[in-house]
Amino acid sequence: MAEIRNYTLNFGPQHPAAHGVLRLILEIDGEVIERADPHIGLLHRGTEKLAESKPYNQSIGYMDRLDYVSMMCNEHAYVMAIETMLELEVPERAQYIRVMFDEITRILNHLMWLGTHGLDVGAMSIFLYAFREREKLIDCYEAVSGSRMHATYYRPGGVYRDLPDKMPQYLKSDFRTTKELEAMNKNRQGSLLDFIADFVKEFPKSIKQYDDLLTDNRIWKQRLVNIGIVSANRAKQLGFTGPMLRGSGVAWDLRKNQPYAVYDRLEFDIPVGVTGDSYDRYLVRMEEMRQSNHIIEQCIDWLRQNPGSVMSDDHKVSPPSRVEMKDDMESLIHHFKLFTEGYCLPAGEVYSAIEHPKGEFGIYLISDGANKPYRVKIRAPGFAHLAAMDEMARGHMLSDVVTIIGTQDIVFGEIDR
Amino acid sequence: MIKSIKKIVKDFTLSELRGGLKITAKELINKKITVQFPEERTPISPRFRGLHALRRYPNGEERCIACKLCEAVCPANAITIESEMRDDGTRRTTQYDIDLFKCIFCGFCEEACPVDAIVETQIFEYAFVGSRDGNDNIKGQFGSVITKDQLLEVGDKNKKMIDQTKLEDSKYK
Repeated sequence: MAEIRNYTLNFGPQHPAAHGVLRLILEIDGEVIERADPHIGLLHRGTEKLAESKPYNQSIGYMDRLDYVSMMCNEHAYVMAIETMLELEVPERAQYIRVMFDEITRILNHLMWLGTHGLDVGAMSIFLYAFREREKLIDCYEAVSGSRMHATYYRPGGVYRDLPDKMPQYLKSDFRTTKELEAMNKNRQGSLLDFIADFVKEFPKSIKQYDDLLTDNRIWKQRLVNIGIVSANRAKQLGFTGPMLRGSGVAWDLRKNQPYAVYDRLEFDIPVGVTGDSYDRYLVRMEEMRQSNHIIEQCIDWLRQNPGSVMSDDHKVSPPSRVEMKDDMESLIHHFKLFTEGYCLPAGEVYSAIEHPKGEFGIYLISDGANKPYRVKIRAPGFAHLAAMDEMARGHMLSDVVTIIGTQDIVFGEIDR
Repeated sequence: MIKSIKKIVKDFTLSELRGGLKITAKELINKKITVQFPEERTPISPRFRGLHALRRYPNGEERCIACKLCEAVCPANAITIESEMRDDGTRRTTQYDIDLFKCIFCGFCEEACPVDAIVETQIFEYAFVGSRDGNDNIKGQFGSVITKDQLLEVGDKNKKMIDQTKLEDSKYK
């Protein structure tokens, strides 16, 4: 009798459900996965090594490009590492702005995840609806930093610029009547904070819409319930963090367990799952969006009442304002010094971790006292999650692999770095 | 008992699927959020970081004094500057190239410039013609490396827009 061997299937790197450049070698017996072997590194850009050759500030832009759907959170971990080393005081307003944008980023990330996960599993319209809401948040990104994705907005010592008082508006065109135009510009009349406040007010309705579309939907449930179960204990052993860990029922959130920035002053809950399957993780992420919405609300209230500086006034680290720079010789010297040589960190090492939308994102930074890091190590949550691919996929059907990739919320910018 | 009967009825009447269809049907008639590009555009923030431009003073003199701060601060090493003393004794660039393939549009050059010479504009739609150095036969187009003359031309052409957006944003910097 002829020997029967398992079939080896090459999944990706150009499969649309591979979320970028994942290459999976699947050993399948019929349609049942026997072994899943992720091959990574196709998006490797050497961010860690690049950072070693540049003054500290110049790497901020490269942090955006790690997890390219949650840009400002990456920056936050990096600037926080530098601030801890310098023992730099960050103005409170800057911290609130950071927290607000971290949460905006969390919603951005989860909306992206929801859309693509839905698309992978077979729901088309959810993708379009998620991107409709994303567009508004991306407008906030653009209004504040000038870039729709790669913001480069956080700086050691605060944030680059204060929130703008004016939102850009739609201009007249032949396609719209004056009345239509007015309706389109309705939420753009006030400042950026008003725009975000309007979004926060409207967003629960959108979540309800996603909820109605998916949560009870039988096709959605058939594809997600009991797929990729990870027990709480196993999740801890595998190094899961973020929604992946909370979906398994472990209430671990860095925002609560080791609060950074101003999270200890804000009120929010952390949702946890029960069974640890893909459906639970979906529910956890949906609830996280609601909680983020609530946090943003609180930040808006605080920011409205407390105007002030958004950048540390230690000009050995943060550049002086442009008016000062043009008037004052010492400021000009600071300006030149900071934009050429940068600043030096005391010798030592630091690990700064934040609750990234995907899990614990950490920067481990060693300084030898120079103006460049001696070594930067990036702890990407997705890497640990992807490592569990084999365990999660084993025994499932081929089409469930797509669900598992989706539920892990894989982004290759951070895994391959 | 009643609960399970309710569930059976719900399951057999496809209630949750019909609920979903209701949402999509509503969206079918709802106002669309898409705009008719290029006739109509989405709003662009004055802070937007698009194509670069070199500015001039009101008297027509170019602002850049070849201090090379932008070259030093550029994380991607996209800027190349050569300078020389001009006949009137001032220091000016003889070469100011930005490799637009290398540029990551972080805005550090604009931030570093002490005389507001190099700026990033709201222009985000442009095409490279020819290879690296462009094609001389097509006027007003540039290759992937944009030179000093072309940068100044971008600045002259869009002077009004640049002045206005930079003024709007100046109080935050």
